[in-house]
Amino acid sequence: MIEARGVTKRFGDFVALDDVSVQVPGGSLTALLGPSGSGKSTLLRVIAGLEAPDDGDVLIFGENATAVAPQKRGVGFVFQHYAAFKHMTVWHNVAFGLKIRRRPKAEVKERVGQLLELVQLSGFAHRYPAQLSGGQRQRMALARALAVEPKVLLLDEPFGALDARVRKELRAWLRRLHDDVHVTTVFVTHDQEEAMEVADQIVVMNDGRVEQTAGARELYDEPANEFVMSFVGPVNRLDNDWVRPHDLELTRESNGATRPARVERVIHLGFEARVELELDDGEELWAQMTQEQCEELDLEPGSRVHVRPRRARTFASTQP
Amino acid sequence: MARYALRLVAIGYVSALLLVPLGIVFRRAFADGVGPAWDAVTTPAALHAFWLTILIALIAVPANTLFGVVCALAIVRRRFRGHGLVNSAVDLPLALSPVVVGLALLLLYGRGGWFGSWLFDHDVRVIFALPSMVLATIFVSLPFVVREVVPVLREIGDEQEQAASTLGASSWQTFWRITLPAIRWGVAYGIVLTTARALGEFGAVSVVSGRIAGRTETMTTHVGERFEAFDLVGAYAASVVLALAAMATLLLMTMFQPREERTR
Repeated sequence: MIEARGVTKRFGDFVALDDVSVQVPGGSLTALLGPSGSGKSTLLRVIAGLEAPDDGDVLIFGENATAVAPQKRGVGFVFQHYAAFKHMTVWHNVAFGLKIRRRPKAEVKERVGQLLELVQLSGFAHRYPAQLSGGQRQRMALARALAVEPKVLLLDEPFGALDARVRKELRAWLRRLHDDVHVTTVFVTHDQEEAMEVADQIVVMNDGRVEQTAGARELYDEPANEFVMSFVGPVNRLDNDWVRPHDLELTRESNGATRPARVERVIHLGFEARVELELDDGEELWAQMTQEQCEELDLEPGSRVHVRPRRARTFASTQP
Repeated sequence: MARYALRLVAIGYVSALLLVPLGIVFRRAFADGVGPAWDAVTTPAALHAFWLTILIALIAVPANTLFGVVCALAIVRRRFRGHGLVNSAVDLPLALSPVVVGLALLLLYGRGGWFGSWLFDHDVRVIFALPSMVLATIFVSLPFVVREVVPVLREIGDEQEQAASTLGASSWQTFWRITLPAIRWGVAYGIVLTTARALGEFGAVSVVSGRIAGRTETMTTHVGERFEAFDLVGAYAASVVLALAAMATLLLMTMFQPREERTR
């Protein structure tokens, strides 16, 4: 298990981490999710030892690692921009950590071969990083980090620099890899879909603090506050209530509990349809439904409808 | 049309200011044939001057290479008090006239200078001897390695170094295996410029050396001395040797520097 206890980190006047405590269960795949500037990357770098916290402790499998140099922490780190060793071939990049540890030649050869196979780069051993695509470079960086058999694998926005299609492929691939290798993994992302798709546990961060730690389902259905509610999925605001667009029920007839509204626009997205509405008191919101429901209601701009939240959440302290 | 005009201007400028004067030096050197020119550059004084120049470069260039790389690392990778001061001070030798550098050394180490009397009492000769000539050369050729390496270090960033450290490499291992290979062309280019500057230094060395023929004359001061002694063939022939040395360093650089590496 990895644990951060009351970690605080300042850069000048900017407080990047404000008394953050996080627990990552051993063998899990945990995502640090948050907008840019939320402190998620800083927390990852503190765990790796690349940044020293101003206050607080980092424990890696029960051992206090706060004062331990990054070389000795047993962590593998993967950078957003790969940090490939440009003057070395793929093979030498992956072998780097083993050579530093002076492992016997035969062992290095065998291990690098296995890893290149694992990341599907066996045919690229003699290429230089400049001759690889972004996705291939990131897989090489992963193999390089895994070569030294780290206790913890840390990935800083690993797919952030890749195009959408490769991102999706690599996400699924990372999930499968984790199921095979089972190394405790923490990755940073600002993409809530990526976090929900890949991670067992998601730590939502904002403004240098942890907002909520939970699984994807719980985070979506039981958000701890407005920030989490609005960050992990789309929301509408109805007075003091927060409603997901798919929890808005539209009817043609008023039934007392509903509020009258006018359809502004209907967007057809194949399976899904989005209906933009304006309540009679001027508030704007949008509803999400299937194409079929939309057709049944026969909605088009200008239609009069009645709106009722099927399910809504209210939070104690309401953000302005 | 404009392209040709530009080309013409560039070629004309280079010819008028560089190629033609250099050509005249070569022609004058061999005006009486190869024999006299060869005799002029193989006199004991000339040979000593060549040897001394090479010796000074052999001390000054490695010293400035080591200092340059360390200094560039400090400027780019570390934040410390006086950071800006160091960064600007490195350029001082480019702005300062070498004669002023020579005079400053004279004031420090000459008889009656700050350290001069102590050194004189202990029988250590700095001024009018090799140490002051090396110091002067180190001073004037100091900025080149720093200025070549700093932008390269900035460009490569520190992620590769951080990656190496998480893989278990010590800072020493990271420097030799990651940083140095990444900046090697910057260092090489810096060394070439430092060498060229060290071989060609005249002003500062001329002041501190005393220009004693056969003892403290370098190639450049030897050329000056021969010229003043109306030995034109001697002056031109020695100049030819200097010019050839400069060309050889430039040639070495282009040979060692593959095209793809430069444009990467």
